Amino acid sequence: MSELPAPEPVTTLETEPFWRATAEGRLVLPRCDSCGTVIWYPRRFCPECHRSSISWFEASGQGTVYSFTVVRQAPEPWRKVVPYVIAQVELDEGPRVLTNIVGCDPGDVTIGQPVEVVFDRSASGHGIPRFRPRP
Amino acid sequence: MRSGGVAHIAGVFEHPRREIPDRTLAEIHAEVAAGALADAGLGFEDVDGFLCDSMAPGWSPLSMAEYLGLDHLSYFESTESGGSSYLQHVGHAAAAIAAGTCRVALITLAGTPRSDRGRVAGRGTEGPETGFEWLWGFTGPVSQYALVAQRHMFEFGTTSEQLAWVKVAASRHAKHNPHAFLPQEVTVEEVLESRLICDPLHLLDCCVVTDGGGAVVVVSPEVARALPRQTVEVLGHGETAKHTRNGRADLITTGAVRSGPLAFAEAGVTPRDIDYASIYDSFTITVVVTIEDLGFCEKGRGGAFVADGALEAPHGRLPFNTDGGGLCNNHPGNRGGMTKIIEAVRQLRGEAHPALQVPDCELALVHGTGGSLATRSGAATLILGRPAA
Ligand SMILES: [Zn+2]
Repeated sequence: MSELPAPEPVTTLETEPFWRATAEGRLVLPRCDSCGTVIWYPRRFCPECHRSSISWFEASGQGTVYSFTVVRQAPEPWRKVVPYVIAQVELDEGPRVLTNIVGCDPGDVTIGQPVEVVFDRSASGHGIPRFRPRP
Repeated sequence: MRSGGVAHIAGVFEHPRREIPDRTLAEIHAEVAAGALADAGLGFEDVDGFLCDSMAPGWSPLSMAEYLGLDHLSYFESTESGGSSYLQHVGHAAAAIAAGTCRVALITLAGTPRSDRGRVAGRGTEGPETGFEWLWGFTGPVSQYALVAQRHMFEFGTTSEQLAWVKVAASRHAKHNPHAFLPQEVTVEEVLESRLICDPLHLLDCCVVTDGGGAVVVVSPEVARALPRQTVEVLGHGETAKHTRNGRADLITTGAVRSGPLAFAEAGVTPRDIDYASIYDSFTITVVVTIEDLGFCEKGRGGAFVADGALEAPHGRLPFNTDGGGLCNNHPGNRGGMTKIIEAVRQLRGEAHPALQVPDCELALVHGTGGSLATRSGAATLILGRPAA
């Protein structure tokens, strides 16, 4: 999808379902079974009500840019793709996630811009979630 | 009503060098320890409390106590929050002294990121958050603090020119410091014309990368009374951890909104009473958001505040970082909290550079920020005072 590096994600017992879904091109999020909050970063513990029962659900993949920066100086392997955009995207489900904005000129990114998720494949087939402007 | 101090800072020492390729980290800890103890008029044999960060070699305080030959410790710890660690150490040492656990606490810092260039510095272990933060080409703190600056500009209309004034004030102070890594005075235009690293932050919005170290000696009031040197009272301390709060945290406030009021309340003073402030300055934006959160100006007005010459010593409304700060003087080990404490002590003792000494400086604030304001950060505030005559 994009030309950015697609590093191998670190998976743990708690986050494996998230990355298994991205391998299928799906964005899933954990929701607390007790209080219903959508949890970020993914974990099997609710930081709101402090209970440890969660369920995964498929997210809309839609959000808006909350903040961003155009990176102009970076070490390898990112050096060859500068300038690129790091952003916090506020998902429609609530949490703000760190990510990249792809699919547009870095100079065209703005706060509040509607974006949607896309996946870049890592070598092992995991999907790296990034966001592009919504048409 | 200003409180009395439960502990005193009796000695400080800042390593004079900014590039130290010929010393081990342990040696630098020893150098700064000896310097601060000599400044206090004390010796290694007097130390019964020891604090350092978890980046100190080996088992941190355990290994360093052995290296330094500290033989009768009754208190030691290694609270770790990056750059704010050393302010927490002062607060914790003061509490231990107040509880009677120790009488003379030594705090040391050493780091050599300049000589170690290429080797990754920072926290070595992976956190549960790591998998969701390091896939996107983050280039260290600058890319994260850039997110804070961008959002602050969006919400409050803060400008790059306003941020540049923070660097200008620091450089006007650094030119008086013979040890400063960047002693040249710079202009707003020079900051704006320096290359963008991560929009909207330019090269000159970023702090220096230096080797170095520093140490502080905190003692009980009884020990302080017996020393020939003027000491400085620890009047208030506050600390907190700010984090992403389940992915809902804002980007434009810091933990200073909590640590500041705690420190002011303990000291029994308000922001209006502060004569001098050492404010953590990893980036220009760090200073702007911190002074807002500490109550020196209204939230969102930090840009206008700093562009008004407020930070310049000796006569600005809030003279800050008269050593040149992390932006120009020194940021040893990528951890600037230690040097913030040291310069505040110099001001309260009347030992800052004569051109920058705040007249009749009685009350100083020190604020440290550790980690990243865009994700998780430590915040620690100290109120220090010149003892009543
Ligand atoms: Zn819950």
